[in-house]
Amino acid sequence: MSDTQSTLVKIRDLHFSRGPKAIFKGLSVDIPRGKVTTILGPSGTGKTTLLKLIGGQEKPSQGRIEVDGLHVAGLSRRDLFDLRKRIGMLFQSGALLTDLSVFDNVAFPLREHTKLPETLIHKLVLMRLHSVGLRGARDLMPAELSGGMARRAALARALVMDPMMIMYDEPFTGQDPISMGVLLELIHTVNKALGLTSLIVSHDLAESLSISDFVVVISEGKVVESGTPEALRNSQSAWVQQFLNGEPDGPVPFQLEAPDYASDLASSKERLDA
Amino acid sequence: MLNAIQSLGAKTLSAVATLGRAHAFLLQTLIGMPAAIARFSLVIQQLYASGVKTLSIILVSGLFVGMVLALQGYNTLVQFGAEESLGVVVALTLVRELGPVVTGLLFAGRAGSALTAEIGLMKSTEQLSGLEMMAIDPYQRIFAPRLLAGFLALPMLAAMFSAVGVLGGHLVAVELLGVDVGAYWSQMQSAVSFQADVVNGLIKGVVFGLVVTWIAIFEGADCIPTPEGVASATTRTVVKSSLAVLGLDFLLTAVMFSV
Repeated sequence: MSDTQSTLVKIRDLHFSRGPKAIFKGLSVDIPRGKVTTILGPSGTGKTTLLKLIGGQEKPSQGRIEVDGLHVAGLSRRDLFDLRKRIGMLFQSGALLTDLSVFDNVAFPLREHTKLPETLIHKLVLMRLHSVGLRGARDLMPAELSGGMARRAALARALVMDPMMIMYDEPFTGQDPISMGVLLELIHTVNKALGLTSLIVSHDLAESLSISDFVVVISEGKVVESGTPEALRNSQSAWVQQFLNGEPDGPVPFQLEAPDYASDLASSKERLDA
Repeated sequence: MLNAIQSLGAKTLSAVATLGRAHAFLLQTLIGMPAAIARFSLVIQQLYASGVKTLSIILVSGLFVGMVLALQGYNTLVQFGAEESLGVVVALTLVRELGPVVTGLLFAGRAGSALTAEIGLMKSTEQLSGLEMMAIDPYQRIFAPRLLAGFLALPMLAAMFSAVGVLGGHLVAVELLGVDVGAYWSQMQSAVSFQADVVNGLIKGVVFGLVVTWIAIFEGADCIPTPEGVASATTRTVVKSSLAVLGLDFLLTAVMFSV
């Protein structure tokens, strides 16, 4: 199998900074086609930024990102938009348009990008809403939905254009156990049934590992570990073990870098005396 | 002292950078304008949201401003026996100045702040990012229809403000103070020039509409995507667009009416 047939997203030597802060320092990773891949990492490591870079909303300062063989940063706006039509994205907040009902939100990409008749759009939207269990919520406004329902509606919207890949930004954050179970089942089922490639960024370990075929752990702008969930659990890396077991101290220290404790206390006493 | 100079320099650089972003934003919105015009239903929706919904405050304000102008004008003119020129005073003040300026200020407070809050909220809830990821250009779909609607709505609102103001002046001058109805209207008709006064007033409305809406949508799109960021962007919209209306009014008046 050729490289582009087995790999949908190829990232090489990615560098990206926001202001003075370097987010990625030579990140290289392959996202396999047709699989569920999870990118794990602590908060603030740039997981969401990575999705934006893949979707072309941000441009790398150095390095190359290829999606389905296309160099994302080198695409014209028109070609980038054509690529985005084949990528669905589920934002952490759902990002539903607040002035449209659930039905109209799901119908929105079809109405914008196709000239399908309304009767067909109606059928397609109902099918997608049915697949996420929200056919009964079609007339509700986004403000009337719970967090889990909003994400399911957003998933229906992301699926309605039949994308080749869906990117999930922290899909499990703040979900109750039932909503979490529903989302896990949906991501897993949708990936299998529609033959999609799914890319999840998350810091919810157990949930992400349970549905992933491939896991990449990033920290401080680089890949720390990658492989199957099983390989990750058996990793010898102290950092990975600290992250997986949620240990408060280790390679990621509990205390932020600071001056010596005793001299710091002594200097504050001197300041008060003065 | 050094800190003060440093802080002044940093603020100047930041202001220049914001101005640059605002112009780049305007350019991209104008590039998206043909697509917005092609889907005029989006512009109609925005005309309703920013124009029709501002109409009531404009009409009520116009009525009262016209009534106050008639009262104040009468008190002065009657001393010279020139109260029959009251119609001219009311109409010229409204059409040349107060119509576009007060409408601009009210539009900034009502529609401008609503636009900033709406777009800021869309940014902070990732709706704008969501549109981009759905391959929908927010400049064409969101910003351009709003800019065009503001550009069209404000001169129409200013015209209605002036018209209602003239009627308010009539109520006070003719019905309350007993100025001759024929004198009120005929002197107005002969002294107010359509080209020099009405058209120039409308041009002011067009300029204010463009500037206020530009500031409002830019502040929304450029805000820090947090509740505090949206709140301070809304305040900035009202302050900046009010000052812009007053400053531009002076410049336009100097160009249009200086001898």
